[in-house]
Amino acid sequence: MYDLSLITDWIHNLLSSFMPGWLTTTVECVLIGVGLLLVYALLALFYIYFERKVCAAFQCRLGPNRVGPWGLLQSFADMFKMLIKELITLKHIDRFLFALAPYLVIIASMLSFAVLPWGNGLQVLDFNIGIFFLLAVSSIGVLGILLAGWSSNNKFTLIGALRSGAQMVSYELSIGLSVLTMVAYAGTMSVTGIVAAQEDLWFIFSGHVPAIIAFVIYLIAGTAETNRGPFDLPEAESELTAGYHTEYSGIHFGFFYLAEYLNLFIVSGVATLLFFGGWMPLHIPGWDGFNEVMNYIPSVVWFVGKAIALSFIIIWFKWTFPRLRIDQLLTLEWKYLLPINLFNLVLMVLVIVFGWHF
Amino acid sequence: MPYEAWKDNEYIESLLKELQENGTNVIVGTFDKLINWGRSNSIWPLTFATSCCGIEFVSLGAARYDMARFGWEVARSSPRQADFMMVAGTIVHRMAPVMRRLYDQLAEPKYVIACGGCAVSGGPFRKSYHVVKGIDEIVPVDVYLPGCPPRPEAMIYAIMQLSRKMRVEKFFGGVNRQEKIKDFLAAHPEESFDK
Amino acid sequence: MANIQEKIAKLFPEATFEESDILLVNIPDAKWHDLAKCLKDELQFDQLVTIVGMDWKEQLGAVYYINCTANNTQISVKVIATGDREKPMLHSVYDVWAVATLFEREVYDFFGIIFINNPDMRRLFLSIDWKGYPLRKDYDDDPALNPVPKENERQEDITYSYVEDEKGKVTKKEVVVFEPNDFVVNIGPQHPATHGVLRFRTAVDGETIKKIDFYSGYIHRGIEKICEGLTYPQTLHFMDRMDYFSGHHYHHGLCIAIEKAAGIEISRRAQVIRVLMDELARIASHCLFLGTYCMDLGATTMLFYTLRVREQILDIMEKTCGARMTFNYGCIGGVMQDLHEDFVKDVKELLAVLPKNIKEYNELFIGNVIAKGRLENIGNLSREDAIAHGVTGPSGRASGWACDVRKTHPYSIYGELDFEEVVYTEGDSMARTKLRIAEMEQSAKIIEQLIDNIPDGEYCVKVPKVIKLPAGRWFQMVEGCRGTFGVYIESDGTTSPFRLKLVPPCLPLAGVVDYITQGHKIADLITIGGSLDYIVPDIDR
Repeated sequence: MYDLSLITDWIHNLLSSFMPGWLTTTVECVLIGVGLLLVYALLALFYIYFERKVCAAFQCRLGPNRVGPWGLLQSFADMFKMLIKELITLKHIDRFLFALAPYLVIIASMLSFAVLPWGNGLQVLDFNIGIFFLLAVSSIGVLGILLAGWSSNNKFTLIGALRSGAQMVSYELSIGLSVLTMVAYAGTMSVTGIVAAQEDLWFIFSGHVPAIIAFVIYLIAGTAETNRGPFDLPEAESELTAGYHTEYSGIHFGFFYLAEYLNLFIVSGVATLLFFGGWMPLHIPGWDGFNEVMNYIPSVVWFVGKAIALSFIIIWFKWTFPRLRIDQLLTLEWKYLLPINLFNLVLMVLVIVFGWHF
Repeated sequence: MPYEAWKDNEYIESLLKELQENGTNVIVGTFDKLINWGRSNSIWPLTFATSCCGIEFVSLGAARYDMARFGWEVARSSPRQADFMMVAGTIVHRMAPVMRRLYDQLAEPKYVIACGGCAVSGGPFRKSYHVVKGIDEIVPVDVYLPGCPPRPEAMIYAIMQLSRKMRVEKFFGGVNRQEKIKDFLAAHPEESFDK
Repeated sequence: MANIQEKIAKLFPEATFEESDILLVNIPDAKWHDLAKCLKDELQFDQLVTIVGMDWKEQLGAVYYINCTANNTQISVKVIATGDREKPMLHSVYDVWAVATLFEREVYDFFGIIFINNPDMRRLFLSIDWKGYPLRKDYDDDPALNPVPKENERQEDITYSYVEDEKGKVTKKEVVVFEPNDFVVNIGPQHPATHGVLRFRTAVDGETIKKIDFYSGYIHRGIEKICEGLTYPQTLHFMDRMDYFSGHHYHHGLCIAIEKAAGIEISRRAQVIRVLMDELARIASHCLFLGTYCMDLGATTMLFYTLRVREQILDIMEKTCGARMTFNYGCIGGVMQDLHEDFVKDVKELLAVLPKNIKEYNELFIGNVIAKGRLENIGNLSREDAIAHGVTGPSGRASGWACDVRKTHPYSIYGELDFEEVVYTEGDSMARTKLRIAEMEQSAKIIEQLIDNIPDGEYCVKVPKVIKLPAGRWFQMVEGCRGTFGVYIESDGTTSPFRLKLVPPCLPLAGVVDYITQGHKIADLITIGGSLDYIVPDIDR
């Protein structure tokens, strides 16, 4: 398996050979920041294109195919336009909070983005409570949405924000509990630790029943957490025009738009990390030759590929199911997912204690 | 849309000539081109329809005509995020202030397509006591699209025409259409319309 | 009919009778409310079909069309307003037939006739500051009087009611629509889920709806007034632009009314063609209903699957009629042009794919667990309420009311055709949705019977170049895609109608929204509104 930390170490050594230590750190931080932003933006644009193509395929259409080859440049054109579109200043709003809200949303998603294990040795933040950090920063996003809805001084956005608040706070519980189940199984909160623990077999296979239950619940809760259909109540087009971001224009709206797609990637990325081995190639105990072949595929490809495959499932949900109603949404969480999840946690502990896993 | 396609149009060419009479700066011109490329390839409609034409607009989004090919399928319900407004259907007296308010709520740059006979001139209802005789009494119109209702192909043509128009704009310097719109708005004051 | 006439004559000696296609009772305003009560309670005339406001130049008044749902007899009542032209008055019958509240507002809006005791005497279609009553014969349509408004419309949270005390004195009273503390959300007129430009002011408590006040008229084009200045063949062209999915049906209705009045017999071929087109249009309309309805509920993909069938039908229409939406196909004496040579082949292709598609819709949407949760037991409407509120068409039939005009008052060749009138009793949104899918199957059945038996003959009989109707009044009902569409023609013997009243099925549908959404969630407003499937240009005319 090719370890990408060789490259990063080489860059680090190169920089520190002619720079003092503090400058090296600064330069590295800036480099990583720029790199992250770039990957972030490109990935979001790719996701927008990807969703539009996938949804077109579901609907017997072609999807974007005029701008650039196969319409690949479509989302770039959208971005250019959005950048220079007017930012409307509204009367009777809380200007500071109104301007702050989109940044909170995008910062939350960028911070969680930083924790993801991109490849073998390619990870920005790696510390022993990585998963905990991820859960913590991703919940900043709901604050941005609530502020956006409230500060716009618009009844639709307010209803959208309140729906969103209720929804995200509820489903955060399910996400937390499924993650907890898997952390209990892995025995560590460190992202590298979790990936390393799946070297022999991915958790979804080795943890069998409880892991599969946790995965299904995580996928449902993750879809809800990203405000995507069938849980897209906060921005339910047919009910609340555009929900909490109704009043945002130009790049401020662009931030919400990008964050929505990036959160999709993050949710699938975390699912990949917890259940499908992160960047770890598919290994089957005993099949050494097969494992060797798998190792030739770069780890970055494994991670991104798995994340996109999972996103495809979430996109599939959106274009298949009708939307839930707010009370049904909360019933689903509090009456079904949460009890099942608690039971599943106990089951997982039993599995670990009695060593029933593979 | 390939670059050659938009040049094949007398009206647009004359517009271009008029705009370029004073010459174009190289750097600024390049930026203009980039911006216009972005704008003209990403035209998001506002979901706005009052009657029959709106149903043809739905057909335009459906699989046979599929406006997603051009990237127009991102129909926004909020006027803040839309680029153009396809006034599909009759506008009557009671709707006029509402439509004007929607227009004012669109973020710049904003465009209007008068879609169908009713929006262009009042159409079959011209004699009515309650119908606005053409929406150009209320908002500046960029493309007029006749028909009752226009076929989806015609709608595609109208939006392509709008896209062509966008390509000859000037974001930096020069007399651009924004100023022309300002003249229009000065002649048709907002009065109590809130932004 | 004679029986009813005797009974009324016995109870109300001041009533006089006129024979036309439907029995007409003349009654003075003072006795009208009593007669209405008697008609409803004793003679079981429980459905108020429409109120036709009239201006006979010397006097104003109204003609009421009332239907008995038990045996489908119809009766009409003509009442002359009391008072001068400045303040004409009639007694309201809102307490007898609930839908009258809405119909009386419409008459007030167009003719300025005040209905005593009606709790809500606001204009329905025109804005609050509109000057004059447009359907009066002496209406001044000078644009300077009512210019295109530049300012937002004035909004009032109170309405007026003219209450009569025991001594017969009428006083104007204020009625509060919304309390000052109500959290009122304005949904519409430009809103993705109102199916056009309808406006609901919705008082909510959290997500729960307390009250809805509906505003219409954002697409009111005054078709009835325009028609008064046109010849009969010209009036036909507006039928496509009301409910644009039922263009064929509306054409059919007006054609029958005019043909009945002018005494024109049309050929069998024309009748078969008209019925074929009606049923094709019904399938197309229900397809679009299902698609947009699912889109409102968040299942966007369904729209594309249902539009696939609709496009196929539009292709068939386009070959024959030459248009995709506004067909202008029916004409007095038959249809505009003969069927296209591919018609039979294309229709058979459609019939071959339709069952597969219907199965797919049922599997994809109706069987979906989320859809079930969203639709079942939402917006329940009982049979009695459906009749009282005049909810006809698929929505009425889903409440257990067999109100299909094709069965109750068969017109054209529907009497000889073999098809079922689908009636469900649940009365919820799910029943309304499923019923439309079942109706598509029934329409296909009708088409199957006819497609191989299109008789030869002329598609349009010879009619006089200038069509003049004798003086009199005619009323004709047909079954549109969304309910009973009625046409009332009053002629004074000239080439253009003295009064042409179009009775849209969608007005009662929109009027009942407030009644059945109370206590539901905001999201249910979309579910219920969508399942009633009103078309706003049809409401507004």
